[in-house]
Amino acid sequence: MRYIEPHAHMVSRVTDDYAAMAMAGCQAVCEPAFWAGFDRGSAEGFRDYFSLLTEHEPKRAANFLLPHFCWLCINPKESEDLKLADEVLAIIPEFIDRPNVLGIGEIGLNKNSRNEIIVLEKHVDLAARFNQLILVHTPHLEDKLKGTRLIIDLLKNESRIEPGRVLIDHVEEHTAPLVLEAGFWAGITLYPQSKCTPPRAIDMVERFGAERLWLNCACDWGKSDPLAVPKTALEMRTRGHSEEKIDFLVYRNPCRFLGQSPVFKLS
Amino acid sequence: MTRDEVLNLYFLDARSKLIDLAAFLDRVEGSAGEDDFRVRSFRAALRHLSESEREKAKAVLLTLSDPTTEPLEKATTKGAAGAWPQFKS
Repeated sequence: MRYIEPHAHMVSRVTDDYAAMAMAGCQAVCEPAFWAGFDRGSAEGFRDYFSLLTEHEPKRAANFLLPHFCWLCINPKESEDLKLADEVLAIIPEFIDRPNVLGIGEIGLNKNSRNEIIVLEKHVDLAARFNQLILVHTPHLEDKLKGTRLIIDLLKNESRIEPGRVLIDHVEEHTAPLVLEAGFWAGITLYPQSKCTPPRAIDMVERFGAERLWLNCACDWGKSDPLAVPKTALEMRTRGHSEEKIDFLVYRNPCRFLGQSPVFKLS
Repeated sequence: MTRDEVLNLYFLDARSKLIDLAAFLDRVEGSAGEDDFRVRSFRAALRHLSESEREKAKAVLLTLSDPTTEPLEKATTKGAAGAWPQFKS
């Protein structure tokens, strides 16, 4: 089986995880910029992080013949501080032409505050000016529904943004239809507790169709599983889904969306 | 999948989770203190399971969601509780 891992925070994972993913059939890893579990003290901390995403992680992945791609942003959990956000936004253009940068992400909302929305608008403007793909994080748990609605409204009101070039991630049963009906791509994140389990993810694929969906593990420093995508593919087999349908969902779909960036090339 | 195939694949797992839910409520009710918004939301969400509606997972998620539409003036925390703190009924 072949698959793409379109959302993994490998900076938080051990090298053995790269090995396990490669052995499970992973063909490429994509790493959005995210909250490190603590607030960085200055924009220079983000400059170091962007260097890590564009220089160090690609080398670590290459040891297992895995192409490594990344997304750049200041995440919504650190977006309440508008001065810091502006400083980080000013750094991003220095990195945007690096050979593994797919676009702007994972931007979005966390607690659905006014400052988070201001910073999201600035990221969307940046993506529009540099013609970049967008990867959107939707809030956790009780904040997800409201945040998803705010994000969709914001994106739909930006005429420079084409919905087919935006993936809104971490959808669940109550938000997937909102995202798909608005014309965006949707990501289902497979987590042991929050977000979505493999059976629920397959239920959604069966209910909403696989046309603009992808699966990801979003493995990071919390409870998460870097092999969640291939494990879900295995569960799809037990339900009787064809190899062709599984390949469409876990390999060809991420390739279709990410292939809109000239950077995303697999040998 | 047929009803039988679904049950063969998922019944034991669902049975285990059902007993876990029951044991969780036993644990909550055996502890000192009062129900808070999380328990109230949880009990409200549970009611969807015995109804005939098709989209039970969606109904549970909606019950556990913030239904408001206006942005917060300021984010004073980063975390989420899993239920809306203003939930009443």
